[in-house]
Amino acid sequence: MTESVVRPTPASPTPPGGHLLEVRDLHVEFRTGEGVAKVINGVSYHLDPGETLAVLGESGSGKSVTAQAIMGILDTPPAVIRSGQIRYRGRDLLTLPEEQRRQVRGKEIAIIFQDALSALNPVFPVGWQIGETLRHRDGMSRADARRRTVELMDLVRIPGAAGRLGDHPHQFSGGMRQRVMIAMALALNPKVLIADEPTTALDVTVQAQIMDLLADLRRDLDMAMILITHDLGVVAGVADRIAVMYAGRIVEHADVRALYRAPAHPYTKGLLASIPRLDVRGRELSTIRGLPPNLMRIPTGCPFHPRCPYARQVCVDVVPDDLVLADGRTSACHFAQEVHDDRAR
Amino acid sequence: MFRFVLRRLLQMVLAFFGTTLIVYALMFAGQGDPIQALAGERPVTPAQRAYLTEKFHLDRTGVGGFFYRYFDYLRNLLQGDLGQSLTGRSIGDILAAAWPVTVKLAVIAMAVTILFGVTAGVLAGIRRASLFDNATLVLTLLVLGIPTIVLAPLAQYLLGVRWPLFPPTAGADPDLYALLLPGIVLGSLSLATALRLTRTSVAENLRADYVRTARSKGLVRRRIIGVHVLRNSLIPVITFLGVELGNLMSGAIITEGVFNIPGVGFNLFRGIRTEDGPLVVGIVSVLVVVYLVANLVVDVLYAVLDPRIRYE
Amino acid sequence: MSDFETVAATEDQAARRGVSGEPGTPDRVGVPQRPRSLAGDAWRDLRHKPVFWISLVLVVLVAAMAAVPSLFTANDPRDCLLSRQHAAASGGAVFGYDFQGCDTYARAVYGARASLLVGALSALLTGAVALVVGMVAGYFGRWVDAVLSRVIDIVLGIPLLLAAIVLLKRVSTSSDTVRLFAVIFVLAVLGWTTAARVVRSSVITAKEQDYVAAARMLGAGNGRIMWRHILPNALAPAIVVLTIALGSFIAAEATLSFLGIGLKAPTISWGIEIDAGRVHMRESATPLVVPSAFLALTVLAFIMLGDAIRDAFDPKLR
Repeated sequence: MTESVVRPTPASPTPPGGHLLEVRDLHVEFRTGEGVAKVINGVSYHLDPGETLAVLGESGSGKSVTAQAIMGILDTPPAVIRSGQIRYRGRDLLTLPEEQRRQVRGKEIAIIFQDALSALNPVFPVGWQIGETLRHRDGMSRADARRRTVELMDLVRIPGAAGRLGDHPHQFSGGMRQRVMIAMALALNPKVLIADEPTTALDVTVQAQIMDLLADLRRDLDMAMILITHDLGVVAGVADRIAVMYAGRIVEHADVRALYRAPAHPYTKGLLASIPRLDVRGRELSTIRGLPPNLMRIPTGCPFHPRCPYARQVCVDVVPDDLVLADGRTSACHFAQEVHDDRAR
Repeated sequence: MFRFVLRRLLQMVLAFFGTTLIVYALMFAGQGDPIQALAGERPVTPAQRAYLTEKFHLDRTGVGGFFYRYFDYLRNLLQGDLGQSLTGRSIGDILAAAWPVTVKLAVIAMAVTILFGVTAGVLAGIRRASLFDNATLVLTLLVLGIPTIVLAPLAQYLLGVRWPLFPPTAGADPDLYALLLPGIVLGSLSLATALRLTRTSVAENLRADYVRTARSKGLVRRRIIGVHVLRNSLIPVITFLGVELGNLMSGAIITEGVFNIPGVGFNLFRGIRTEDGPLVVGIVSVLVVVYLVANLVVDVLYAVLDPRIRYE
Repeated sequence: MSDFETVAATEDQAARRGVSGEPGTPDRVGVPQRPRSLAGDAWRDLRHKPVFWISLVLVVLVAAMAAVPSLFTANDPRDCLLSRQHAAASGGAVFGYDFQGCDTYARAVYGARASLLVGALSALLTGAVALVVGMVAGYFGRWVDAVLSRVIDIVLGIPLLLAAIVLLKRVSTSSDTVRLFAVIFVLAVLGWTTAARVVRSSVITAKEQDYVAAARMLGAGNGRIMWRHILPNALAPAIVVLTIALGSFIAAEATLSFLGIGLKAPTISWGIEIDAGRVHMRESATPLVVPSAFLALTVLAFIMLGDAIRDAFDPKLR
C-alpha cells in the first residue's frame, strides 16, 4: 500500500474559485421536551460542478437534516442551527435574509424527497404542481408553463405526458410519481439537485430505472448532484465521491472506487460487509452489532466505539480527527490506516 | 365520479326507507289507541278521530295493515301531502310559512361561523401554542360545554332584557335585526366546533410533507399557507359546515323556541308542547328528508374537494 | 340537531383524518433509555394541569350533591309558598325564591341527583354497548365488522334530538322512575356510537400487536385473548370518551326536560328549572341563572375532565 497518514485536518483544499456548494462545520440540534438531540455535529462536505456526491448513512445519521439545512427548510423550532456555514458560490446561505434565501430554493438548489406520494400535494393535479413553480418563480404565462410542463414530463420519461397533466398524484404508480417529483425539481434548471433517498420507497426494478434517469439527467443538464441514501448498492454506478455519515458526523470521505476497494473506517467496512454479494457464496452475511446511538446521549470519544471491532481505550477518551490518507480521502478513525490495510476483516 | 354519486344516491334511498319506517313504526306500532297516542293527553273530538282514522288508515290492522299504512304515508310524503295538524291547519302551509324564517336564521348562524370560526381557526392553527391559540381553545371549550338551554335564555336575558341591545323575542315575521342575537347564539356552537376543527386540520397539514415540498420550490409563505395548506385543511371544515347547514336548515328547536321565532324548530317545539302528534310526525318526516339530502350533498361535495375519494 | 352537537362527536370527526409524518425532525431521535408507562406519563402530565384539578373538584362536588343533597342545604326544595314568590334571599335560601315561592338554591342542589343519575347510567349503558359492539367488530373483522360498522354509521346519522323526541313521545307514563329510565334508555340507544368507534379502532390496533399473536400461538382462545389482552387496551380511550359523553348526556337530559319530553315535575331537574325561570326572567333572573350555572358548570366539568385526560393520553398533540 502506498497510502499513509499525511496530516490531520483541516479538510480538503479549496480549488481556485471555490466549490459550487460547501458545507462547513455544521452543527444542528433538535430541542424537544425530552431534551436536546445533537443531530449534526460538525459536518463538512463540498460539491463541485458536474459531480455526484453520495451521502451515505443509517436513518438518524443526519444526512437528510443536512440536506434540509442546505435547502433552508428545516423546521425551526425544533431545529436550531448552532454554527457552521453553507456556502453556495461563495455566499453563506445561512446569513442571507429569508427573501434571498427563498430565491435560491428551486432555482439554484432543488430537492426531491423519498416518498413522492406524501411529498406531492394530494388535491392538485400534477401538471398544476409542476406549472406552479414555473408560473410563480419564473413568471411564466399559463400557456407557456403548460408547454414547459409537458416538456419536463417528457424529459423524465413519463409516457403520454400531455394527457396526464390533469391527473392527481394518487393516480400515478410509485415510479411515475417519483418522476413527477423530479420534473418539478428540474423546472427552474437548478445547478444542484439533492436527491434525498429517491428510490427507497420503490420496487427494486423501478429503483434502477429512477437511478439511471437521475444519472442521465445530471449529465445532460450539467447539474451537480447530492445523492442521499442508506443503500450502498445504489451508489456504486452513479456517484463520484462518497461521504459516510454516522451520528451527525462524516466518518469517511473518499472516491467511490477507493472506498469500495478498501474502506478506511470500521463503520464503512461494516456497511460493505453487510451487502449480499453474488460472487461470494457460502459465507455468513455480517452485520454491525449494536444500535445507532441515542442522539441525546452520544457516546464519549469516537461515537462509533461501542459498536466497533477495532475499539481501544483511546476511542473511548478522544474524539478522532479527520485523518487524511494519501489520495486525499479522509477517515475519522484513530486507526484509519490499520483499518484500511486490514483486508481480512 | 358518476358511479360515486350513484352509489351514494342508492344508499340515501335505502336510508330514507329505513329511517321513515322506523319513525313511522315508533309513532304507531303497538299502541293501545293510536289516535290517543297522536293526540297525547288531549281529548279528541269525534271529527278529529274520524279525520285521523281516515288519514292514517287506522281501520286497517295487523302487520299487513301496518305496511299498507306505511306505504300510504310514504306516498303522501313524497307527494308533499303532510296532512293537517290537530288545529286543522295544513302542515304543508305551516312549513311553507316557517321555512323562510329558519333559513334566514341559519344563514346568519352560518355567516357568524365562517366569519369568525374558520378565520380564527386558521390563525390558531398557524400559531399553535400561542396565546391566541390557547385563548381560543379555552373559549371554545366553554361554548361547547355550555348547553344551548343555558346559553339562549341567558343571552336573551342579558342582551335583550338587562341591557336591551337586541329585541328579546322575534315574534311573527321577524326582520334581520331581530334574528341577529338568536343567529349568533345558534352559530356560536357551530363556530366553536368549526374553529377547533379548522385549527386541528391546519396544524396537521402544516406538518405535512407536501408543505416541505412547497417550501423547497421557493414559494412565498403566503402562497404555501393560502393555497397549499388551506386547500387541504378546509376539506373537513367544509364537510362539517355542510352537515351543519343541513342541521340548521331543519330548525333549531331550542333557539327558535326561546326567542319565539316562528321557524320550523319553533313549530316542532309547539307541536311537542301541545302534543300535536300529526304535526310532529309531519315535521319530523320532512326533517329526516332534509337531513338525508344534506348528507348526500356533503358526500358529493367531499368527493369534489378531495380527488382521492373520487376515484376510490 | 345542532343544539345537541357534542364535543366528542366533533373531535371524532377530526380524528378520522390521519396525521402525516413530521418533516424536519430527524429520521429517528434515539428513544429514552428508561421505558415509562403511558399511564405514568399521562399522570405526570395531568398532575400539573390546573384544568384537571378544577374539573375533578367540580365533579366530586356535584357527585356529593347528588348523593347527599342535605349536606349542601337545610331547606326542603318542595317547600313552596306562593306568598314568598320571588322573595329576596333569607335564611338558608341564599339565592331567594322563585315564582312558585320555592328556595331557588335548594332546588338547584336537589336537581343534581336526576342529572347525575341520568348522565352516569346512560354513560354506563353506553359503555357496555360500545365495548361489546366495538370489541366484536374490531376483533372479528370481516363481515361482522362490515355489518356493525354500517349499523354504527346509520345510528350516527340519526339526528339525536329528533329521534329522542319521537322515542320519548311514546312514553306516556307519569311514573317518575319509568320516565327516568326511559330518558336513560333513549340517550344510550342513540349515544353509543362514538364510543363504539373508539373501542373498535383501539381493538384493531391491539389485535395487530405481537403479544396478541404470541398469546394466540400459545393456544389462548378468542375469549381469553379479548378479555386479557384486548380489553385493557380499549378501556382507557373508552373511559375518556365516556367521561365527555357523560357531560353531553347531562346536557341532553336537561334539554329534553326543558322541552317537556324528558323528566317531568315533581322530579326536580335543572332543565325544568331553567324553563320555569326563563318564563319569569323579567321579574327575577336568579331562578334562571342559578340552575343554568349549576348545569353549565357540571357539563363543563365532565367535558374538561375528559379533554384533559385525553390530552394526557394522546402525546401526538402535546
